[in-house]
Amino acid sequence: MKKVGGRLALLVLVIMASVIFFIPSYQPFYQALPGWLKKVMPSKGITLGLDLQGGIHLVLEVDEDRAIEIAVDRVVVSLQDLLTDKKIPVESASRTGPTQITIQFQNAELKAQIQKLINDYPIFSEPEATGPANRVVWELRESEAKRIKDSAINQALETIRNRIDQFGVAEPIVQRQGLKQIVVQLPGVKEPKRARDLIKETALLEFKMLDEDNQPKLDLPARVPKDSEAEILRQFEAKLPIGDEILFERGVEKDTGREYRVPYLVKKRVMLTGDVLSDAQVSIDQFNAPYVSMTFDSKGGQEFERITGDNIKKRMAVVLDNTVYSAPVIQDRIAGGRAQITGTFSMQEANDLAIVLRAGALPAPLKIIQDLTVGPSLGKDSIEKGVQATLFAGALVVVFMIVYYRLSGVIADFALVLNLLCLIGALSALNATLTLPGIAGIVLTIGMGVDSNVLIFERIREELRSGKGVRLAVNGGYDKALLTIVDSHVTTLITGVALFLFGTGPIKGFAVTLCLGIGINLFTALIGTKVIFDLLNQRQKVDRLSI
Amino acid sequence: MLEILGKTNFDFMGKRYLAFAFSGIMAVLGIVAIVQISRGTANLGIDFSGGTAVQLKFDQAIRIDEARKILEANGLENAELQEFGQENKLLIRLKASTTIEEKVADRVVAVFAKEFPSNRFVVDSSTEIGPTIGKKLQEDALIAVLISFAGIILYVAARFELRFGIAAALATFHDVLAVLGAFYILDKEITLLVVTALLTLAGYSMTDTVVVFDRIRENLRMRRRESEETIINNAVNQVLSRTIVTSLTVVLVLIPLALAGGEVLHDFSLALLWGVVFGTYSSVFVASPLLLLWPGASGRMLKRS
Repeated sequence: MKKVGGRLALLVLVIMASVIFFIPSYQPFYQALPGWLKKVMPSKGITLGLDLQGGIHLVLEVDEDRAIEIAVDRVVVSLQDLLTDKKIPVESASRTGPTQITIQFQNAELKAQIQKLINDYPIFSEPEATGPANRVVWELRESEAKRIKDSAINQALETIRNRIDQFGVAEPIVQRQGLKQIVVQLPGVKEPKRARDLIKETALLEFKMLDEDNQPKLDLPARVPKDSEAEILRQFEAKLPIGDEILFERGVEKDTGREYRVPYLVKKRVMLTGDVLSDAQVSIDQFNAPYVSMTFDSKGGQEFERITGDNIKKRMAVVLDNTVYSAPVIQDRIAGGRAQITGTFSMQEANDLAIVLRAGALPAPLKIIQDLTVGPSLGKDSIEKGVQATLFAGALVVVFMIVYYRLSGVIADFALVLNLLCLIGALSALNATLTLPGIAGIVLTIGMGVDSNVLIFERIREELRSGKGVRLAVNGGYDKALLTIVDSHVTTLITGVALFLFGTGPIKGFAVTLCLGIGINLFTALIGTKVIFDLLNQRQKVDRLSI
Repeated sequence: MLEILGKTNFDFMGKRYLAFAFSGIMAVLGIVAIVQISRGTANLGIDFSGGTAVQLKFDQAIRIDEARKILEANGLENAELQEFGQENKLLIRLKASTTIEEKVADRVVAVFAKEFPSNRFVVDSSTEIGPTIGKKLQEDALIAVLISFAGIILYVAARFELRFGIAAALATFHDVLAVLGAFYILDKEITLLVVTALLTLAGYSMTDTVVVFDRIRENLRMRRRESEETIINNAVNQVLSRTIVTSLTVVLVLIPLALAGGEVLHDFSLALLWGVVFGTYSSVFVASPLLLLWPGASGRMLKRS
């Protein structure tokens, strides 16, 4: 007979390793350990999936086309400035397609001069060298469009990560998936709606000047009802001066509580954007209303000082995501690099606004294409019920095996426990995330573990029936069952690997537990239980086997 | 020695045409289900079809027809409602007819908050899935399944013979189809978890089949004089007690899960339960008799011992 010692040592080693790796997964016990022990122990165990502990799983898509439009729009604004500075009289300069800028002018002699301006904007090319004498068309280069898309998603990723860090979620996951998708997982979040809003808000902060010279000519109404914005825009579209736009401020009537909008005629040109912020904090004014105070970095502070100095007695709008928050008159040159956003916020809204301002703007709007939210109560429910049912089921199997196989049944039950222990130990060691499909994988593995023992025992019974002695029967049973067990495990392993390689999300979780389980099964069935049988045989000569 | 079955000698192979007829019907049902799924007319879970599901837990009982009425009154038609008995839970599902930008889940919550102000509730879970994601999930699952079948046929063909590989794959496929067909007939929702259950049962059924095949191979090597039908029949009888003991154990695990495992595990365990029944049946009545349909090649690899 082969020596038992080496295999026994291996078995003990595996059990110990499993226990050590498992401990951090059971936090109450882990926390009770003395500090020096925690230092030498692994600190992370199994994480529960969102379906088990509650939380949000979002898949977001960056609106790439919009990102490009926004980039082109910015060029249009700076181009308009440039044309004004150089005193080149044009009819219009505007975005005429997703990636196209058209400059129209009366005087055909200007064409050469305008064409030359493109040297300042190397990301564009001129598709038609010939064409009408009073028009120049620029087209965004394809390589640039690709770069803008790529940087948009990277920037979005970075921004979302910043915001979530500040929101304070334990172990969030923010990952790029494929070309234009971002996966965000926030386990255990208690206010899913707030978290979602925080992620989705574009938070583009801009300072723009009001066009007070043209405002009287346009004769905008002082107040319009909520939801009539689109109509107002349509109504005044034709009369808008070049380089201007209409933006609205939100307001609430104090006595009736009705919402209204205040339209402003604003110059499109952006004086300053939120990138120059170094900090944003919530403060309380003398009426106990929260507002957000912002601090600029040194460059932004100087810019802001210059802009306010140049525009004394004029009105500047603080615009966030195309909504005017306030439009104060600049009383004096403002040094020290501070500004504030006032409005009708709740304390929490002000807090979240400060977070998104600190974290920076998104390069383009995001679309949520998948949103799974599991409330913490359901997660708790499913764990409790699942665990109870599983324990009960496990007890049934344990009893059944003992009733059917007697002492050998006890050995099979030992194998079952060993299986579970090793599997959980291995999952902990990999810091795997346990989801419901993962539990399904465990159930299948346990089933296969029991099956291996049943196969072996039935074989041993056959050998005993044919009149062999106990030792020979045990060895014969194991030998003959070996091939069957290997074959059945390898076929299942093939399924597991295919699912792991080609499956997504939950199916992958299933595949991981399945593949791990199969390996562990082979170990417990072929080494674990065999050692016990051999030990029994070694101690004394066994005449009858309880099987 | 406690035994459920002693030494048996059932004539399983003799019943093969009956079994083929039954399995044929089940497989056809399954194929109908697959066709309906790909046409989008089956009861696909929103993880595949895209759409919104919101589960609410109320303080007091809520009448399902009232809930439907107020949803329709607020412009949310075609909602499928399902309640979970004693716990005052209501599951509202809306298939993807609207875009996700509308935040249908928020609308549903707002409607209930407005119409039932006295009956407070918490949102147990809400799921919104854009149609493109569902499509991708379907494709991925299909590719994974096809590749695993190809791998299994190759492995079993290498270890046994080609016909064993094909028979094992067909039998396993038959089980998946049968359970899928049953789900289709009962109009049960086919969710990602159900698909996971189908994969689990495929693994289970494959194991079951390989165990029987292993015995057939062993017997083919030892007793060359008997007819192949007798050899296969004997092999099935020899492993019969193992087949039944194993199936029984798995059923022992699944029944508590199905009855008390909570609503999430219920459909999953149910699919697996049926799967175990079909998987056990198919390894005896489908996989093994299939070998007889393709004799001729018998022997070459097997009889070399």
